Amino acid sequence: MPIDKIFKDDASEEKGERARMASFIGAMAVADLVKSTLGPKGMDKILQSTGRGHSVTVTNDGATILKSLHIDNPAAKVLVDISKVQDDEVGDGTTSVVVLAGELLREAEKLVTSKIHPMTIIAGYRMAAECARDALLKRVIDNKENAEKFRSDLMKIAMTTLCSKILSQDKEHFAEMAVDAVFRLKGSTNLEAIQIIKKPGGSLRDSFLDEGFILDKKIGIGQPKRIENAKILVANTAMDTDKVKIYGARVRVDSMTKVAQIEGAEKEKMKDKVNKILAHGINCFVNRQLIYNFPEELFADAGVLAIEHADFEGIERLGLVTGGEIASTFDNPESVKLGHCKLIEEIMIGEDKLIHFSGVEMGQACSIVLRGASHHVLDEAERSLHDALCVLSQTVNDSRVLLGGGWPEMVMAKEVDELARKTAGKKSHTIEAFSRALVAIPTTIADNAGLDSAELVAQLRAEHHTEGCNAGIDVISGAVGDMEERGIYEAFKVKQAVLLSATEAAEMILRVDEIITCAPRRREDRM
Amino acid sequence: ADLLGFSHSNHFRSETHSSFFLAVREKKKTRSELGSDRGKFEARKMALAFDEFGRPFIILREQDQKTRLRGIDAQKANIAAGKAVARILRSSLGPKGMDKMLQGPDGDVTITNDGATILEQMDVDNQIAKLMVELSRSQDYEIGDGTTGVVVMAGALLEQAERQLDRGIHPIRVAEGYEMASRVAVEHLERISQKFEFDVNNFEPLVQTCMTTLSSKIVNRCKRSLAEIAVKAVLAVADLERRDVNLDLIKIEGKVGGNLEDTELIYGILVDKDMSHPQMPKQIEDAHIAILTCPFEPPKPKTKHKVDIDTVEKFETLRKQEQQYFDEMVQKCKDVGATLVICQWGFDDEANHLLMHRNLPAVRWVGGVELELIAIATGGRIVPRFQELTPEKLGKAGMVREKSFGTTKERMLYIEHCANSKAVTIFIRGGNKMMIDETKRSIHDALCVARNLIRNKSIVYGGGAAEIACSLAVDAAADKYPGVEQYAIRAFAEALDSVPMALAENSGLQPIETLSAVKSQQLKENIPFYGIDCNDVGTNDMREQNVFETLIGKQQQILLATQVVKMILKIDDVISNSEY
Repeated sequence: MPIDKIFKDDASEEKGERARMASFIGAMAVADLVKSTLGPKGMDKILQSTGRGHSVTVTNDGATILKSLHIDNPAAKVLVDISKVQDDEVGDGTTSVVVLAGELLREAEKLVTSKIHPMTIIAGYRMAAECARDALLKRVIDNKENAEKFRSDLMKIAMTTLCSKILSQDKEHFAEMAVDAVFRLKGSTNLEAIQIIKKPGGSLRDSFLDEGFILDKKIGIGQPKRIENAKILVANTAMDTDKVKIYGARVRVDSMTKVAQIEGAEKEKMKDKVNKILAHGINCFVNRQLIYNFPEELFADAGVLAIEHADFEGIERLGLVTGGEIASTFDNPESVKLGHCKLIEEIMIGEDKLIHFSGVEMGQACSIVLRGASHHVLDEAERSLHDALCVLSQTVNDSRVLLGGGWPEMVMAKEVDELARKTAGKKSHTIEAFSRALVAIPTTIADNAGLDSAELVAQLRAEHHTEGCNAGIDVISGAVGDMEERGIYEAFKVKQAVLLSATEAAEMILRVDEIITCAPRRREDRM
Repeated sequence: ADLLGFSHSNHFRSETHSSFFLAVREKKKTRSELGSDRGKFEARKMALAFDEFGRPFIILREQDQKTRLRGIDAQKANIAAGKAVARILRSSLGPKGMDKMLQGPDGDVTITNDGATILEQMDVDNQIAKLMVELSRSQDYEIGDGTTGVVVMAGALLEQAERQLDRGIHPIRVAEGYEMASRVAVEHLERISQKFEFDVNNFEPLVQTCMTTLSSKIVNRCKRSLAEIAVKAVLAVADLERRDVNLDLIKIEGKVGGNLEDTELIYGILVDKDMSHPQMPKQIEDAHIAILTCPFEPPKPKTKHKVDIDTVEKFETLRKQEQQYFDEMVQKCKDVGATLVICQWGFDDEANHLLMHRNLPAVRWVGGVELELIAIATGGRIVPRFQELTPEKLGKAGMVREKSFGTTKERMLYIEHCANSKAVTIFIRGGNKMMIDETKRSIHDALCVARNLIRNKSIVYGGGAAEIACSLAVDAAADKYPGVEQYAIRAFAEALDSVPMALAENSGLQPIETLSAVKSQQLKENIPFYGIDCNDVGTNDMREQNVFETLIGKQQQILLATQVVKMILKIDDVISNSEY
C-alpha cells in the first residue's frame, strides 16, 4: 500500500536522531565560526556582501557577523537570534552567548550518544544554570554608593569591553569618552542621544567627545558663521512651499495675472511665517525639513542662522541639549521654549564643515567624533564604541559588576561542579557537562591568544580552589593573574544574560526531535 | 458532458454506478472524449462507462491524467495518511514530550510542541492530512488545549479501524461502533468527573490545573508563576455570575529580552507605541484620556469635492481656516479636560506641536483592537469626531507611563490603575523570538483551560487516567452490543489506551508494562484516578500529583476524534491528479 505523500513538494522532514544531529551540527558550526573572535586577542572577520558594490565590513562583533550570514539551518538561526537579542538587550557578550550555547550543545551531543535522554539533559542544565547564577550573585561587587569608585568601575568595564576590539590601542582614551558620554545621559538608556560622527582622516587617537553638540550640516550662504549667546528655535515645519493642507483644494485660475497674484500670496504667506518665526527673537533657526531659497534669503536678511534638513534624531538631540521645544506652529512666540547656547560656530573636521553648539544648557545629548584611517576602521570603531556605551548605560542602572578574564566562568564552574557531586542520578552527568561548557570560554580566550590553554585553565582551576580568589587569565602577560589588580571588570547584567539565554537556547534546540522544512516560497524571477 | 452522462445513465453497467455519482458530485465540466481503445482504459482501471453500442466514454475530464483509488484501497490509503500525521505529533504528547522545529516557506523558524501550531505550519498537501489539521484546529478554537491529544487519539482510532477492515468488517459498521463507543466514553467521563471548588480568593486549584497544561511546554521552568499569571488574568476579566470569560480582554504582548521570570501581569493596557512628540511628558498621573478615531489632520469629507482657489482672497481665507481648524481640534480636547489623547490616526506636524505646546500628551497610530481595549479598561468612549467630545466620554487611568527597554530605542506605554480593571495585559519577556512565541502559545492554552473551568467546574484526572477509565468502561460495554459493532467498540477501547501508552513512551517508561499495571490497579481498586507517572514522582494517583484536565476538553477530544475518523472511514473513492 503506497502511503501518499503528506507534505507538499520540496518539503522535507527529518526525525529523531537525524533531526537532533542536524541541529547540533548547525549550532556548533555557527559557534565555531565566531569562536575565534572571542577575547582580547580574538581575530576579526571580513564580511563581503553579495549585494551591489560588494561592500566589505571588517568586524569582530559577534552579532554583526551573525546578522550578515545567510543561514539555512534552523538551529543555527536560533543561535543567531539569541546573539541579536543579546545585542539589543545589553549590547555586549554577543560572541560569548553563542560560544556558550554551542559548547552546551557539544556537551549535550556527547551525553546523547551515551544514551542520556534530552529531557534529562535539560533538567540538569536548568539546575546547573540556576546554581551558576546564584554563584555569580554571591560574588558581585556593587559600588553604587561610592560615586568615585563607581566611576572607576565603569572605566574598567569600558576598558575590558574595548580591549577585545579594534580600539584596544587607545582603550583608555575611548573608555574615558564612553564613560563621560554615559554620565551625561543621567541614567537614561536612550543611546540615540549620543551621536557618533565618523569622519575619515587623522588617527583613532584624534577622536574626541565634544562637550557641546555637533550637527553635521552646513550653514546657509550669507548667514553669520558665528553667533554668541544664541537663541535657537528648533522646528519641524515645511519651509518649502507651505501648501494648503485641506484635502481637495487646488488652484484654478483663468489668467496669467491671477497666477502672479496667487504666487504673490504664497510668497506673502511664507514671508508671514518667517516673520512669525523671527518674532520669537531668535538668531538661529534649525528645521527638520528643507528650507527653500526664498525663506533662507529672508533669514539671511534678518541675520538669523538657518539650518535646514537636520534629520529626526538631530532635531531630537538638539532639543535635548539646548532645552528648546520642537515647534511646528509659531503663533505664540512668548510661550515657546527656546533653546540656548553660548556659541554657535562653524568648525572644520578634516575637510568637512560642521556646526558646533557649545556652552549648552542641558547637555543630555552629546557628540562623539571618531577619526580614523578608513571607513572600515571607523565603522568597526563605531560598533565597538556602541558596545561599550550599551554596557555602560546598562551598568549605570544595574550597578553590579564582576571580575573579568574568565573569572566568572571559573567561579560558576566550581559551584556547578560541587552541585554535580551532590546530585544523585543521571542529572549529575549533565550538570558536570554544564561546568565543562563553562570552562570552554576561558579555554577559548586562551587559545585565541595563542597560549597553552590546557596548562592555564588547569592552573586557574587550582587557584579557584581557594575561597575568594580573584584569578583569571591575563592574556597580555600570558599567565594566570589577579583580575582585580589588573582592573578587568565585567558587568553582571551581561554575564547573567549570556548564561541564561545560552541555556535557554540550548534547551530549546535539545527539545526538538523533528524538523519539518516547508518548501521555500517561490519567488518571481526578477531577471 | 454531465448531461451526456445523464442521458446514458440507463445503460450504465452496474460496476460504474458509483463512479457516475462521483462525476456529478465533483461538478466538473467534463468534456466527453470518446476513447478509442477500450482495453487501454481498462488497464488503467479508470472509471469507464459504455453506452448501448459498447462505446466507452469518459466521465471525468482528462481522466487518463487522474489516479484513482477505490474501495478498501482508498480507505487504507486514507488511514495511512491520517496515521502518518498522528505519528508526527505522537512524540510531543505529555510533560516529557519533545518539540518540533518548523521552518516556514520564508525561512522563519518556529519551535513548538503545540499540536495545532505544528499542523498549521506543516504545509500539508494530502487531503486526509488536511482533515487532521482541521481537527486539531477545531479543538484549538473550541477548547484551546489538548490539540495534540486529539490528533493522537484520531490516529489510534484509524489504526484500530484498519485492523477491523482487515477482518472484513464493513467501514460503516466500524464507524457506527465507534459512534456508540464514544457515547459510552463521554457518559463515563461525566460519571467520573469531579466538581472542582474554587473562588476568587482561593484560586489555588485553578493554578494547579494551569500548571498541568504548562508542564508540557518549554516554559515549564516557571510554570508556577506563569500559571498564576494566567489564572489572575482570567479571574480579572471573568464574569463569575454569568460564568463567562471574554479572552479578548486579555492582551498578550511580548518583547524580546530579559528572562522568562520577568513576565508580568499588568492590570491595565500595554501599548507598543510612544508619545507622538519626543518632548511630551513621559508620565501622567490621574490621566483623563480622550480616545479618538479621527485624525489631527485637515478635514477630509468623504464626498468627492474640489476647492478651487482662483483669487488671492480665497487663498488667504483657506489658510486662515486651516490654522483655525487645527487650533480648534486641540482646544476641544483641552476644553473637555483631557490630559492624554490616544488617537487611531496620525497627526499633522502642526497639530502635534500644538498638542505639545498646550501640554497635552498624545499617542498616535494606536491599532483598533488596542483602542477598544483601552476604552474598556479606562471606562472611556471611543469618540469618532471632535465635536462629540464631552467630559463623560473620557477614560480614566491612575497612571500612564512610558518605559524603555534595552539598548535600542524601544518604548512601550503602560496604562495602569484604570477605572475599570476588566482588561489586562500579560507581558512576556524571553531570551529569543521563538521563546516568546512559544510562551504566547502556552499562555493561551493555560488561559483557555482556566476559562473552561470557570464555565464548567467539572474536571477529570489527567496523565492518561481518564482515558484508561474510559477504555475500561467501553470494553465492559462492548459485550452488551450484539452484532459486528461489538468488535469496533473493543477497538475503540484499545485506541483509548494509546494516549496513556504514548505518555509512558515519551516519559521513557515501558509502555505496555506501565499501562497494564495502571489498568489493573484502576480495575482492582475501582478508582479512576490512576494514571501514568510521567514525572517520576513515585505515585500513580493523579489526585496527589494534582494533574487535572477539564471535562469538556476531554469530551470534546473524544467526540471530535470520533467524528473525523468516521468521516475518513466513509470515503471510498479518491480521485486526484496524478504526478506527471
